[in-house]
Amino acid sequence: MYTQGLDQGGRDQQAAVETAEQLAAFQKRIDAEEKIEAKDWMPEAYRRTLVRQISQHAHSEIIGMQPEGNWLTRAPSLKRKAILLAKVQDEAGHGLYLYSAAETLGVSRDQMVADLLSGKAKYSSIFNYPTLSWADIGAIGWLVDGAAIMNQIPLCRCSYGPYARAMVRVCKEESFHQRQGFDIMLNLCRGTDRQKAMAQDALNRWWWPSLMMFGPNDSESTHSAQSMAWKIKRFSNDELRQKFVDVTVQQAAFLGISVPDDDLKLDEASGHYNYGEIDWQEFIDVIAGNGPCNQQRLDKRRRAHDDGDWVREAAQAYANKQAARVAA
Amino acid sequence: MTSDETRIAYTLRLADNALVLAQRMVEMVAAEPELEEELANANFALDYIGQARMLYTHAGQLEGKGRSEDDFAFVRDEHEFRNLLLLEQPNGHFGDALVRQFLFETWYLHLLDGLIACSERGLSEIAARAIKEVKYHSRHSSQWLVRLGDGTELSHERVQASLDDAWRYTGEMFAADEIDVAFQREFDGPDLAAIHKLWRRDVEKTVAEATLRLPDDDWMLSGGKQGRHSEHLGFLLAEMQYLQRSFPGATW
Repeated sequence: MYTQGLDQGGRDQQAAVETAEQLAAFQKRIDAEEKIEAKDWMPEAYRRTLVRQISQHAHSEIIGMQPEGNWLTRAPSLKRKAILLAKVQDEAGHGLYLYSAAETLGVSRDQMVADLLSGKAKYSSIFNYPTLSWADIGAIGWLVDGAAIMNQIPLCRCSYGPYARAMVRVCKEESFHQRQGFDIMLNLCRGTDRQKAMAQDALNRWWWPSLMMFGPNDSESTHSAQSMAWKIKRFSNDELRQKFVDVTVQQAAFLGISVPDDDLKLDEASGHYNYGEIDWQEFIDVIAGNGPCNQQRLDKRRRAHDDGDWVREAAQAYANKQAARVAA
Repeated sequence: MTSDETRIAYTLRLADNALVLAQRMVEMVAAEPELEEELANANFALDYIGQARMLYTHAGQLEGKGRSEDDFAFVRDEHEFRNLLLLEQPNGHFGDALVRQFLFETWYLHLLDGLIACSERGLSEIAARAIKEVKYHSRHSSQWLVRLGDGTELSHERVQASLDDAWRYTGEMFAADEIDVAFQREFDGPDLAAIHKLWRRDVEKTVAEATLRLPDDDWMLSGGKQGRHSEHLGFLLAEMQYLQRSFPGATW
């Protein structure tokens, strides 16, 4: 699943102790496509940008388990139930690698989780939309994971080694998820009229939020230029969004359902699809916490965490007792 | 009851156990106390879904009427399900769900061991595969019982209450009815009385290690194996079967 948090978050402060020579030497390594490793010197702003991005990505995986988990108990066949459960499990696994990758930058998982639960840290806004029918599970795989792959494949070449390596594995699994989602849509579109209507309704609701996953337009994107220079980011938001539209519109045609955009049109000269204006106010509202499910998603995460307090305390108490017994 | 009817009924009980437990485990997704437990719970639930699929498919082949795994899972009614009552009980808190896993898996491990040696070839093969999975499930649930029992005062009290509550459902695992007896006789199937002794030995050992008290064998509830369930199963099935019931004949 995915992060769109690439460009979201607070402005970084550059630490005063960094010299121009250090920064130039660092940039030279980046320009030479060298991987930066955990113990290497790095500018404080580079470190903070990565902590923010990787932790937002991890949180997105964890929160992303909820909208899909919503259909686990109601999956329509045992095969679909198993596939969906494997996918949700993959997301938990991605969360785990990504928290570990962020920990290499000197921040603890406990701290990152605390920031998520307090509402300080962001996660991808797409997960604040509800999954209302089984077709939403198909649409999420097809569109949301499809968008995620477009964003994430370049991250396999990110300048920060631990993140890049985590993304190689994540991308392999995302690609499988995307195909499974498309397969659900294909089944629905070749099914009964009611099933096809369910697929169309899902596309109607997920199309625009999926386009928003690429983040603000390039002209509005506050962190992009520095992230590009540091090779954390390789393509701009608008470039990736265009690529997604070009691929996905053709897939929708294959499925026989309509993309809900009256302005969508192939531009023969460029070979790209022109598309309508995104409702950026909706995007801003969802990021600000006012999406349909923001409160519900965070409440559920907090409840799971709080309900687990006594279990984690028990495990710790038992480990302490065992250590004391060994020492005695 | 013919020999074929015996093995079909026996297989469906095993399949229903795996499916109903998996469905309860799936309800716990995204609500576990640690990320590592999310992975474990999903992983184990996937194992049980896999076992249910193999067992339903086997039952369908033995029956020869063209019923698929999904026909068994999604279009049978409550009274046709033959799972143990223990497995359909609501999850409760982490300790309640954990005790359910522990009591069931300790039994299931011995049952699978017995099934590997039975002469019903399909079940023997499925059991040989399933036992590898259930071995590590059982290790996981036993270790957690010890952690919670010998953890804090609160966890000790909570998990003791979970054990006391769940105990009344354990008798059913060992109460051999005509299907168990016939399967044992005709297919050299598991001996539930012998398994009871092994289960008791293992449970006593882990419960003692967890500094917990073994509940008394008072009144035991039963009926799941004969299709007489608690009120909880109806809701579980209504949710699970919703799409297949609202779109009859559709493929997914």
